[in-house]
Amino acid sequence: MKPGATIPIVAAEKRGGFEYLSTKKDELVGWARKFSLFPYPFVTACCAMEFMAVSATPYDTDRFGAALPRFSPRQSDLLMVVGTVTHKQAPVLLKVWEQMCEPKWVMAFGACATSGGFYQNYAALQGIDKLLPVDVYVPGCPPRPETVIDAIMQLQDKIARQQHLIFNERF
Amino acid sequence: MDPRIPNPVRSAIEHSGRDDTVIVNIGPSHPATHGTVQIIAELDAEKVLRVDVHCGYLHRGFEKECEVHTWHNLIPYVDRLNYCSALINDFAYCDAVERLMGVEITPRCRVLRTLLAEYSRIADHLTCIAAALMELGAMTAFLYLVTIRDQIYEHLAAVTGARVTYSFGRIGGLAADLPEGWLVRLEQILVDFEEFTGRVHKLVDRNRIFIDRMRGVGTLTTAQAIDLGVTGPLLRSTGAARDLRKDTPYLAYADLDFEVPVGIQGDNYDRYYVRMREMDESIHMIRQLVDMLPEGPVCVDDRRCSFPDKAAVYTQIEALINHFKLVMDGPEVPAGEIYTAHEGANGELGFYLVSTGGGRPYKLHVRSPSFVHMGAAGLMLEGYQLADVVPTFGSINMIGGECDR
Amino acid sequence: MGTDPLATLAQALPAEGASLSAGRDMPILQLAPERLLEVVRLLKLQHGFDMLSDLTAIDWLGQTPRFEVVWHLYGTDHHRRLRIKTRVTEADPTVDSLVGIHGAARFMERECHDMYGIRFRGNEDLRPILLYEGFEGHPLRKDYPIDREQPLVALRE
Repeated sequence: MKPGATIPIVAAEKRGGFEYLSTKKDELVGWARKFSLFPYPFVTACCAMEFMAVSATPYDTDRFGAALPRFSPRQSDLLMVVGTVTHKQAPVLLKVWEQMCEPKWVMAFGACATSGGFYQNYAALQGIDKLLPVDVYVPGCPPRPETVIDAIMQLQDKIARQQHLIFNERF
Repeated sequence: MDPRIPNPVRSAIEHSGRDDTVIVNIGPSHPATHGTVQIIAELDAEKVLRVDVHCGYLHRGFEKECEVHTWHNLIPYVDRLNYCSALINDFAYCDAVERLMGVEITPRCRVLRTLLAEYSRIADHLTCIAAALMELGAMTAFLYLVTIRDQIYEHLAAVTGARVTYSFGRIGGLAADLPEGWLVRLEQILVDFEEFTGRVHKLVDRNRIFIDRMRGVGTLTTAQAIDLGVTGPLLRSTGAARDLRKDTPYLAYADLDFEVPVGIQGDNYDRYYVRMREMDESIHMIRQLVDMLPEGPVCVDDRRCSFPDKAAVYTQIEALINHFKLVMDGPEVPAGEIYTAHEGANGELGFYLVSTGGGRPYKLHVRSPSFVHMGAAGLMLEGYQLADVVPTFGSINMIGGECDR
Repeated sequence: MGTDPLATLAQALPAEGASLSAGRDMPILQLAPERLLEVVRLLKLQHGFDMLSDLTAIDWLGQTPRFEVVWHLYGTDHHRRLRIKTRVTEADPTVDSLVGIHGAARFMERECHDMYGIRFRGNEDLRPILLYEGFEGHPLRKDYPIDREQPLVALRE
């Protein structure tokens, strides 16, 4: 399984009871995971201001369960790449992402993380999806806190719809 | 180490000279180093012996971008230098271009620019102090200060359209004038501000733990500071009353009555206190500026740099051509060079412009205070404890966009 | 910046290799590269220019000598500024380092070397500061294309 790949729910053979249990398990685990996101704020540039604003009053991410940042990649599951990632910073970002354990999600916060922003030159990485798979892109330069909250909610929907394999490749 | 992922820097501290020291890497992805600075430290137990500071992780090629964009197009780029107080950068850049072109801004614009610059300075100091206190563990103070900062952001969004990076300055004036009721809301925010910072003062100023952690830590003397090119609140905290707003006044500062707060020892506590006092002085200045705000246009009526009225652009051919030329080729700036320094929130923010005529710069260099302070950071970190790295670094207020450009 | 300080300054300078003129915003001192250290030391010790504000270079592609190195000095007591300029060639873009006189030069020279390739004699630490190990070329030179990226890690798609 490729790390970070999202697995859509595929209707396999009709197995009745097993499928029912599996779906319910996915819903339960998805509910638990989506409301207890531990972000790793990989903060670099101006978007940091809006990241601080969205974590504090009045936009509080604590309401979504995504408030407690964990500054160790081993303890976090949501990598929020906030701000421009330059080619100098790229190895660092890759190292951090590889150290995170499954399941993990990536949010590209801001125009620079999404596509390089307006820094189309030798220094800036033209979007972090040139390095890692991204789950949700947040546009804006910097995005308003409401946009970030919308992104968190969309990510939560995505997590809820995912298949969460917790025992083996089938369950 | 994974051979696939190369190391972007080469450390000056490769081997520790002794058996009993450890080399530790702090950053660049670290909450306290504002995500873009790497500090490689040699430690003897908890004491920092040597330090090698690496910045440049946010080098976004701003100066190269300057050579391919018109003078107007650069205003959003300039905003993102010191993104905590973006308006100061806007106005410093516009001032440099205006001086090179020989354009005089209107009186209303002069006062408004000063007011907004001071307002932005307050936002910057709030961010710096809030982050520094949060890194020490004082979450309450962080939340109080960020609440006020958020009100300031919303208020600035009412006039500029954006919360953090405004692109509000224009060569020859401002993008727009103040909306109705803006000044009334300003006074409300200033009153709220005084209440909230009063609370922070009560929580922190005479707090035993705060004093133990900040007093005597990260000290810098005036001689060391001037030798290393340190300016701004860091220089003032060492006791030297140097402020470009008083020494080489620009905009409306010559007409204002304000003090320059100075510190005693140049340690972290002084830097915190100097910033708090500077915010009070900024409020005092803002109130004076509101009283002396003259009526009149906010953009100078100079066809070389100001856009003509939209109604004229749609009906008259000369206005249309003027508008077209300004957008496509940029304002014509005569050949020459200029260095203009404003007092940014971190110190001397200078713009060195070289023009060979035409609508694009030949070269634009930013004298960034944060970059120079990174050179001085080593001195402030060596000899103290590892845990002191966090508050000292926070009090230097290194802004990545400005440091690395 | 009246003419009086300018005249006193002009008298103190060495006769050859240094010429002072009044620029639009501050006096400009054109120096020959050999005169740099003695003049900067003189300015710091006797004329109160105690802070090095800024150090950068300009690439005049097509002209010889190609690079112009520019220093801005500031006097914290008399609040006056001074711009010093000197020219170096493309073949040997070397100039003396001011690290011994102004500590601020350390990082500024590293940046100038990074961006333009100017070598500073006397500054042993010219590691890349804004760029990274493995970056080839000097991006602010006029012949470096703006979008030539040099990624450190292999990129996807």
